[in-house]
Order: sequence, then structure tokens, then C-alpha cells
Amino acid sequence: MKSIEELNAIRDKMKDQVGLRSENPDCTKVVVAMGTCGINAGAREVLNTFAEEIAAKKVKDVMVSQSGCIGMCKYEPVVEVYGPGNEKVTYVEMTADKAKEVVEKHIINGQIVNDYVLK
Amino acid sequence: MMSEISLGILDLAENSLRAGASLIEISVGVSSYEGTLNVSVRDNGCGMTAEQLEKAVDPFFTTKETEGSGLGLPFLKYSAECTGGTFRIESVKGEGTCVKAVFGLFHINRMPLGDIGATVRAVMVLCADVVFSFSADGRGFVMDTRAIRKILGDVPLESAPVMEYIKEYLEENIQETSGEIKL
Repeated sequence: MKSIEELNAIRDKMKDQVGLRSENPDCTKVVVAMGTCGINAGAREVLNTFAEEIAAKKVKDVMVSQSGCIGMCKYEPVVEVYGPGNEKVTYVEMTADKAKEVVEKHIINGQIVNDYVLK
Repeated sequence: MMSEISLGILDLAENSLRAGASLIEISVGVSSYEGTLNVSVRDNGCGMTAEQLEKAVDPFFTTKETEGSGLGLPFLKYSAECTGGTFRIESVKGEGTCVKAVFGLFHINRMPLGDIGATVRAVMVLCADVVFSFSADGRGFVMDTRAIRKILGDVPLESAPVMEYIKEYLEENIQETSGEIKL
């Protein structure tokens, strides 16, 4: 079995790059709908992919959080992205691959991925 | 209907988050001798009154003012009971809630456990602290994010190398703990 103590080595390697997460209230928020409907439609993989991609690409000032059922069950998994000015974009029928694209295009480069936006 | 017990566990953890929990304890225990798969989710959220508790497994009851009627608990209760298992919720207003479900391990109606590692990682993204214990026939491990944070110091839990390690750690230890048991 692996031991959590192995994280000691990872910590020592990373000492100089702390402070990835920001408590900045103006940060971008990624809100994954995680009601029973969302979870059954695949929200878990979508949420984990957002968290992994944001960490892997070292994107600063982004917070990943969850909401309950927002009444759009047939479009689940639904993800709302709130920009720094609090403007909201609602992405529907999300998948892990679509989540990667949204991180790359919208969150990093500021271009909304219209194909996945709620029409 | 849920396809994995692990998705039901995530649904319970979501309830905990909405109850304002800062600590969620997820436990999965398997006994092939007893033929049981025990699941519990305990939180330090706002808890429920006796009256709310009584209605919690009623599919038509909700405290939410927006959409959704909360089918999660009734689903899970049914999935446990239809394997000859049991389902129980305990809650104290202001202290927290604990949901325990027992599934018949070898019952034909039992859903697969599914990707419990992915469920734990999702809860870790959303909740301040998570304790996950997993045991099967005397083997097992416990992962506590409070202990992980202590090791990490200033390095955030959500940085890529840490998350990658935790993913591998969970997958390998779940696999080793499960052994030959079909979950």
C-alpha cells in the first residue's frame, strides 16, 4: 500500500511555488451543479476534470464549487462559469473532454465556447 | 436510478455540504464472511430536527425553496433495502448528521460500488476536510486530509502534483484492500 508520508517529498519539491489558490473575491468561479440529477448524469467526472485541469495548467484565481439542482435536470451535467465581473455563462450537457476545452478556451483565454452554452 | 453506490455516497456528501459541513467522514467496510457492504457518511453540518429527520426519506419532502425535491435519500434507502440491507439516519440539530446503509454484498440486486476514489476526490475539491476509511476482510486504510495538510504545510492540497499523488494513492490502496472481492 502507498503511504501518505510520501507527500513529504512532494512538499519539499514544491516549497517555492505556494499560493496557487486565491481567496480573491473577484476570482473566476466554476460552479458544477451536483444535485442527484447532476451526479447521475456525470457531474463527478466533470468536477474532477475541472479541478485537475485548473491545477495542471496552474491557472490562478479560479475557484471550483458546487450547487444543488438548478431545475435544468435534462441538460445535466450543467456548469456555470462566473467571470471576474460576475457575468455568468451556463454550459450544458458537459463531459470531461468538454470541461478540458472550457478550461483552455474560456478560463485561460477568455473565449466562451459557444457550442456548449445553453441556447 | 443510481448506477453506482459511490454516486449515492457523493449525493450524501452533497447533502452534507449544503448543511454547511466543514468535515465529512466517508467510510466503506466490506465483510465477505458476513456478506455485507457497509457505507456511512457523517458530517458536522447543521443537522436536522426530529421532525425534519422523519421526513428526510420522503421523496416529496424538501427544505429547499428552489428546484429539486431530494430523491437522493429515498433512492439510496431503496437500493440498500432491496439487497436485504438496512438504512438509517441519525441527526442532531446543530451537531451533524450520519447516514448508514448496509448492502447485501452478494445479493443480485446490489449495485456495484463503482469508482469510490473519484467520489472521494470530488468531495475533497468541495469540502474543507475529508476522512475516508476503507476496509475489507481485515485489510484497509484511512486517509485524513487534516493529516495531509499537516504534512504539506504551505503547499496547497489542490496543487497538481499533490492531487496526482492522492489519486494514485487512493486507486492503489482501494485495489489492494479490495483484493479478490468483487465490489
